[in-house]
Amino acid sequence: MRNYWWKILSILLLLYAIIAGFTIDIPNTNIGDTLRNVFYHVGMWFAMLAIMTVSFINSIKFISKGEIQYDTKAKEGVLVGVFFGLLGIITGMVWATFTWGEPWANDPHLNGAAVSLLVYFAYLILRSAIQDEEKRARISAVYNIFAFVILIVFVGVLPRLSTDTLHPGSGDGNPAFGDMDAQMRYVFYPAIIGWILLSMWVLELRIRYRKIENYLSEKELD
Amino acid sequence: MQVKEIRALLNKDLQLELKQKYSINSIVLYVFSTVFVAYLSFQGDIEPRSWNVMFWIILLFAAVNAASKSFVQEHPSRHLYYYTLAAPQSVIIAKIIYNSILMVLIAVVTFVIFQLFLGNLIIGTALFIVGLILGALGFASTLTMVAAISSRSDNNFALMAILSFPLMLPFLLSLMKISNIALKTSTIDLEALQLLGFVFGLNIIVIMLSYILFPYLWRD
Repeated sequence: MRNYWWKILSILLLLYAIIAGFTIDIPNTNIGDTLRNVFYHVGMWFAMLAIMTVSFINSIKFISKGEIQYDTKAKEGVLVGVFFGLLGIITGMVWATFTWGEPWANDPHLNGAAVSLLVYFAYLILRSAIQDEEKRARISAVYNIFAFVILIVFVGVLPRLSTDTLHPGSGDGNPAFGDMDAQMRYVFYPAIIGWILLSMWVLELRIRYRKIENYLSEKELD
Repeated sequence: MQVKEIRALLNKDLQLELKQKYSINSIVLYVFSTVFVAYLSFQGDIEPRSWNVMFWIILLFAAVNAASKSFVQEHPSRHLYYYTLAAPQSVIIAKIIYNSILMVLIAVVTFVIFQLFLGNLIIGTALFIVGLILGALGFASTLTMVAAISSRSDNNFALMAILSFPLMLPFLLSLMKISNIALKTSTIDLEALQLLGFVFGLNIIVIMLSYILFPYLWRD
């Protein structure tokens, strides 16, 4: 119970977010029931940011300590983060088709997300271009730190400075929270925490899987 | 890191360049041919928006081409030799300074060739020049670090483009906005100053990251 309470919490929070997210009363806006997507679409981005932060911290740890396990964690972090980023883009595109009439509007948030994903794809390509394990770990850790800075600039800073965005809450603070209805916040915050915990769970499973795989391949060599 | 080391390394790079005249000549030729192709296809009838896009894309590719040679023009064992002589921080700072000189030169050359063929559409010349120089410095520091990263892999040139384009996008986007303002008015408003500040700040961040992280790339 000591180690997996947060996994149970994640399931409970997400169950609550799914059931309450589809049943509570929401304010009557001009986008109708698609407003409920805010519980799921925004959660993906929070999960991605959390996972990329974990990956960034592991890259710093690798650079200062030089243990290969941190590199594995950083790489798996990027993979999971990219996965949640893609989910965020897909949920956003479905939503945008209903509210803005097209899946890809020219909006700083969308372009920023696309650029940050490009940087992380470049990170994955860089990894596959270097054969030596130690060298790959070191060089990709350096690039991962750059990638995180770009992510912060493009997802955290630039969209908030811009004035011509279609997303709510621009110019005056956080685009995710904006001027949300009080009733919705009771579902929104638990949903965000639930998605972040779920992404951490996915990451943990992937790291464990990779560990077992490494162990087996070493055993085969013996 | 010592000023003496930086000066010696910078001197070496500049002398190497002056002796071979390879990179600056090839870049000038590259810029000339691309601008000429643009001139032929636009037939002298170009609107400000296209002028802006053409200018920055040509400059971007010229910069990537010029910087990709930073760490591969010399033999890897020569790098080992430098490693025994100088601190890694001196090496990266010297390279950034050298590339900055090169980039400013390339930017000015591109601008002059553009004036020659596609005409001058810039109204706010002062703003544009300041943006151009700040942008060239930003390109130089980002590309130096990316060149250092990609020189460690086997497939240098392909990787250089993939790794550098997304990292240079924040620079490129704000520079395009700055020159868009310069294409419309001659006054320097608050938005332009904010963008210039953003480019400058980002440049400082990149230089600081390079300074901190380069020693880990260098060690082999």
